[in-house]
Amino acid sequence: MKSDSTSPIPSKENSAESSDDSQVTQLPIVCNVMLLSDLIKKNSVRVVDVRREEEYNQEHIRSAVSLPLAKLLEHDSPTDTREILENLGVGDGYPVVVYDDTFGALAARVAWSFQYIGHSNTALLETTFGQWKKMGLETESIPTSFSRKQHSVNINHEIYADASYVQAAQNSPDKIIIDSRERLNYLTEHIPGAKNMPYTMVGGNGSIIRNSEDIERYIENRGISHDTEIIAYCGSVGTLSGLTYYALKQAGVKNVRLYSKSFKEWKSLGKPKEEINDANYWDLSAE
Amino acid sequence: MTDLNVEATVNSDSGLTRSSTKQDPMWGKIEESENFAKNVKHFRQKKLADDDFRRYRLQHGAYGSRLQPNYSMVRIKVPGGLIYPDQLEKIASLSEAFSIGSAHISTRQNIQLHWVQLEDVSEVIRGLAEVGLTTREACGNTVRNVMCSHLAGVCPNEKFDSTPYAKAIARFFLRNPMCQNLPRKFKINCACCEDHGLARIADIGLIPSIIDGRRGFRVYLGGGLGAASFVGHLLEDFTPESRLLATCMATIRLFDRHGNRENMARNRMRYLVQELGWEKFQKLVLKERSIVEMTTSTKTAGLFDIGAEQEESLSPRALDIKTVKLPIIEEQVLPDGAPYQRWLHGNVIAQKQPGYFTTFITLAAGDITANQLRILAGAIRNLSEEASARNTPHQNLAIRYVTAANLPQLYSKLASIGLANPGALTISSAVGCSGTTSCNLAITNSHRLAKEIEYRFLELGLDTDDSLRDTTIKISGCPNSCGQHEIATIGFFGGASRVGATMAPTYTMLFGGDSGEFSVLAKPIMRVPAKRVIDTIRRIIELYKEERSFGGSLKEWIDKIVRGEGIGKVKDIEGMKKLLSAITQLPPADQEPEMYRDYGNDIKFSAKTARGECAA
Repeated sequence: MKSDSTSPIPSKENSAESSDDSQVTQLPIVCNVMLLSDLIKKNSVRVVDVRREEEYNQEHIRSAVSLPLAKLLEHDSPTDTREILENLGVGDGYPVVVYDDTFGALAARVAWSFQYIGHSNTALLETTFGQWKKMGLETESIPTSFSRKQHSVNINHEIYADASYVQAAQNSPDKIIIDSRERLNYLTEHIPGAKNMPYTMVGGNGSIIRNSEDIERYIENRGISHDTEIIAYCGSVGTLSGLTYYALKQAGVKNVRLYSKSFKEWKSLGKPKEEINDANYWDLSAE
Repeated sequence: MTDLNVEATVNSDSGLTRSSTKQDPMWGKIEESENFAKNVKHFRQKKLADDDFRRYRLQHGAYGSRLQPNYSMVRIKVPGGLIYPDQLEKIASLSEAFSIGSAHISTRQNIQLHWVQLEDVSEVIRGLAEVGLTTREACGNTVRNVMCSHLAGVCPNEKFDSTPYAKAIARFFLRNPMCQNLPRKFKINCACCEDHGLARIADIGLIPSIIDGRRGFRVYLGGGLGAASFVGHLLEDFTPESRLLATCMATIRLFDRHGNRENMARNRMRYLVQELGWEKFQKLVLKERSIVEMTTSTKTAGLFDIGAEQEESLSPRALDIKTVKLPIIEEQVLPDGAPYQRWLHGNVIAQKQPGYFTTFITLAAGDITANQLRILAGAIRNLSEEASARNTPHQNLAIRYVTAANLPQLYSKLASIGLANPGALTISSAVGCSGTTSCNLAITNSHRLAKEIEYRFLELGLDTDDSLRDTTIKISGCPNSCGQHEIATIGFFGGASRVGATMAPTYTMLFGGDSGEFSVLAKPIMRVPAKRVIDTIRRIIELYKEERSFGGSLKEWIDKIVRGEGIGKVKDIEGMKKLLSAITQLPPADQEPEMYRDYGNDIKFSAKTARGECAA
């Protein structure tokens, strides 16, 4: 339901938030709708909408601020991400919940970027905006903004991989590279040695991430132990693999890294690829 | 022994209650998923030998993908071809999560998920078991999916609905110890009448028959298509239904005992029949049947319970006949006419139940996306009064019990998801096995060729030409006949032709095949370059059209030529070959390099194959 606000003010400055730092909620990896509704009521969470600005302006989760994914990816550097967080009025340690309407992949990429610069109290909303609305939870159309806050940068190197890291991992028995793209794209070409776990495997059934039991079983079936480090990548900017990152974290895999520049960069660097050429599998697709 | 999922389904649109309708047996078992996962691990840890694992994997429906043993084609058995909306929805989800986002309907009424990672096969089995489906014994040396004519129950010519019999047979033999390690695969097909179904190209084929008010079958044995094909032999004039189980058991026992376990190329039952001679084999079966009847315990016989499979007969409300007239099904349509009229003409037939229609969904070479499956499931639930569908050996889906009033709604639903192509029952709906898209044995991309034919022929409006309607085109990517090319009016099987040092993809074209009780195996005519197949078929149609004095259909014209009874310009096969020699000639590689590339490839053709997965 939409709030009945008929205020003519185009944007509201929200200052009524709880500022008692000792009361700050430590979010789980994935935030459920009950918890988020509760935190919104208490004014003690920053909700980040990563859809396009037009979509946000039309309607968004109550109290959400707008951060289109494209804006984050524009520079995609730690200092820019800090700038973004500060402008959204997010101080160190303040709970942040991110959502999208694209099965969680865009939100996951943004949430990961926050984590990367050290904002560990970031969670992914368990559902999409569309589902939130269907459930009859609170939305509004008035854009919200908050006063600027200071944020520090404390890079979390443990969750990041670049091309050279991936290359080194190819020969490491305790590291596994996972390609999050769909099967046919993977078969066509992929990073040598990478295993395929399409994003369609981690999501589904009304929730952006399947229950941990299922994902644990998928990992177990592949003979991957929970101590193995997993590096996820996808086609271009780390959205699909961002979702994989969260799914694996949620399922209890301790060390997960995102190769955020993904296969697009890998190819542009002219690194070797593995291809399956002996079958015309694309002709099986009814697309 | 069998869990039955008894569920009341109310079709709110019509007020028709299916409360007494039994769902199919729950064919799948969750523990088989767990065991499969365990065995994959053991195989990876080298605790299971390659060949042992291969046999196990095939027994559970996982067929190795083309030259990539880490991937599988997962074959989902659909006994009798009967499938429910929740099952289609589950297959949609499984194809998205673990396969390529599309599913494939095979020529034996299975549904196949391709390029599944071996480690995920157990998850597919698990998901299928949740909706009652199984992959068990879909491959390997077992009794494969029991087929049943998709028209069984609605066919105007049938003596009775054979569906419950097909399902009873499937239920009796699934996981039955007597058929876990046969010399080779074993196929059972049930027809509805003498015209429809594939009874004579199976190890056991059944055609319903009634004598003196008693139900029974004409049982055909020892048929089958492959590198060497045979049509089945009639066992006796009439086999009463009470002897059906014993007849099937006796045949399987004989095959198990006498079948060739050495030479894989000649170990289907049809070779045993050929070696022994039909009369001897027939005697052995009849004798074995007496032994089976004398020694089978009442308890075992009781497991073969047709009643358990017998769906309460659907008794739809009497329909107002005035509302059911669909003249367009009978009348001529034009390619530029209204798409809906064209679809009605080529995709809809009247059932024996007045006022009800069976509609056919045109699927290009049997492929359908996950999203299409989901929407289709909804349409089946709402618009078919039996709330289920049948998949057909023509790689299409049949939605039955649609009222005339619901046809426009069904059409627009299909159109909204790109499934309203016309021509399902016409020459344009070509059959193509999976070919080089996933099969180890394939030489050519028969799958894509079938799609190209369908697109081109629809574009040309050939589906609206009624003189071509009963002509069928079926294509296999190798001589093994999964595409059933030998029962096509115009069939093709893939091969390679060498010109100097260069290889070109070519097809052997066959003429004059037919299915049903009067099945005829097609005769090989000549080789055609892969990229000339479409032009060659069009040339044949032109030649037929030039024969103005001939009043019959293209199929009848071709049949006459095969028999050497052609009138006019083309008298016989030799005459036909002469007229087609120019178009089928392989030009030198430097003149037409395109002829040396198969569909789906921009590189030069090479014939690569590996060990087949069709035998365990």
